[in-house]
Amino acid sequence: MLEVRNVTRVFGTKIAVDRVSFSIDRPAFVGIIGRSGAGKSTFLRMMNRLTDASDGEIVVNGTNVLAFKGADARAWQSRCAMIFQQFNLVPRLDVVSNVLHGKLNHVSTLATMFNLWSKADISRAIDILDRLGIAEQAPKRAEALSGGQQQRVAIARALMQDPQIILADEPIASLDPMNAQIVMDTLKRINTEDGRMVIANLHTLDTARQYCDRVIGMRDGKIVFDGTPEQLTTGVARDIYGADETFNEFATSTKISGPEAKAKKRATNPAVQGLT
Amino acid sequence: MADSTSSAISRDALENVREDYLRMTNLRRLYSAVLILVFIVLMISGFNTADARNAGGFWEGIHRIFDFPDAVISEAIEKSANLPGHMAKAFPALIETINIAAVATLLGCLAGTGFAVLGTRGLSYWPRLIPMFRRITDVLRAIPEVVVALVLIFVMGGGPVPAMIAIALHTAGAMGKLFSEVNENVDLKPVDGLASVGASWSQRIWLGVFPQVLPNYLSYGLMRFEINIRASAILGFVGAGGIGYELRNAMTFGQGRFDEAAAIFIILFVTIVVVDQVSSRMRHNLTHGEH
Repeated sequence: MLEVRNVTRVFGTKIAVDRVSFSIDRPAFVGIIGRSGAGKSTFLRMMNRLTDASDGEIVVNGTNVLAFKGADARAWQSRCAMIFQQFNLVPRLDVVSNVLHGKLNHVSTLATMFNLWSKADISRAIDILDRLGIAEQAPKRAEALSGGQQQRVAIARALMQDPQIILADEPIASLDPMNAQIVMDTLKRINTEDGRMVIANLHTLDTARQYCDRVIGMRDGKIVFDGTPEQLTTGVARDIYGADETFNEFATSTKISGPEAKAKKRATNPAVQGLT
Repeated sequence: MADSTSSAISRDALENVREDYLRMTNLRRLYSAVLILVFIVLMISGFNTADARNAGGFWEGIHRIFDFPDAVISEAIEKSANLPGHMAKAFPALIETINIAAVATLLGCLAGTGFAVLGTRGLSYWPRLIPMFRRITDVLRAIPEVVVALVLIFVMGGGPVPAMIAIALHTAGAMGKLFSEVNENVDLKPVDGLASVGASWSQRIWLGVFPQVLPNYLSYGLMRFEINIRASAILGFVGAGGIGYELRNAMTFGQGRFDEAAAIFIILFVTIVVVDQVSSRMRHNLTHGEH
């Protein structure tokens, strides 16, 4: 259903993304890892058409989405939701309005200016917020919410788009470990319950191993690893990050407890239980 | 933690959230509808009042708006051979106008910088006097340039100096306000850092504040220069010299010298376009380039 062929992006003389190719045939949870500047964000932004590609094709259900222009490109963007590291909500608008923005591709500018959303859309937005456990926050301004809540509003906006694919650009990089887990659990739940494909840029290997069906490693714009989380050994990780044997992911890991205690913690944590 | 309430709420509570939000939305829509209605009513009634008080009536007079430019353009085309000569003759006056604007902008911006630093909370040397400095800039901005110029011309006689002083005073007021708004967004951490090594107030401002705000100051200053060229041309009408004086003479003389008026219009227009282009390029470099 998704095939990426030789996608390249050049900024000036720097090749940010270098002939990236891979294909995904089912609605999987795919993680992209690599250090800062490896081209992960640029790739996701090209897929969402926020950044134009210099070369290559991204074929979704038989059509090359990189060839879309104008209204077609915007229609594609509405089918391919994006979640950002800094949430990118409109801070001064209320939570429901922010979620309703997911329908902007289907309403006119005039209706937007006069805030004319249909009752059904408003109802659906509140249902989505309830599904993510933040319905009580509905009338508040987005800026009044905590980081984890704001990211869930962003996910709700993405769900309002009813997208086939959800792209997440470092969705948990500015959250504390507790909120990070809630957000990742939410994304995983959307992936398994709704059958929407999720492609997430991640920068903690733990997260990639725990949530992804498939992991793609990028280095200097090229794909250097493509496999299952089990294949992502410490040696492979050192290759992806270009690190020597002094590299130890546990030194900066935000994991609260060891792997053996994780199952127990998840079972007793009411917040996580409500989501899974 | 606020996030620990993330388990789904009861059906009744969800219904409440839904109803409350829909009620809020309807109320907001009602407000906007009332506002739009008030706006339309005010516009229509205001137009009718203005039209009734107009000596000739708006609709009867509107076609005559174009009579003057029509006369100027047709005469300018008729005597187009004279245009270069008229332009050369008006050129020294144009230089005078630009000079008035340049000196006034420079002096006004310097004074404005002082008012801005002394009138910004967190930066002022005398925090209690901040309202005083702000009121001074308010007064400087409130008095129209033409009024100051007329008073000074009455006292000092005609010439470029009264125009320069009038524009400089207005510029000081306007820039004092704009610069202090820039100052309010300044990052105070470097100022704290400088205070921690024992720097004096003037050292803190010079090294901690100015490097941050200078690109914005220059950008506003260049924009003010454009505005001041227009202001200085207008002040020529009231006897302050420069190209405005020549333009008034040509225009009041009426039919027969419209070619001269057209020549002055052309060089004034070209000057403003050139200054606008050059300054917008410089401002772009200042704000987007490396600094």
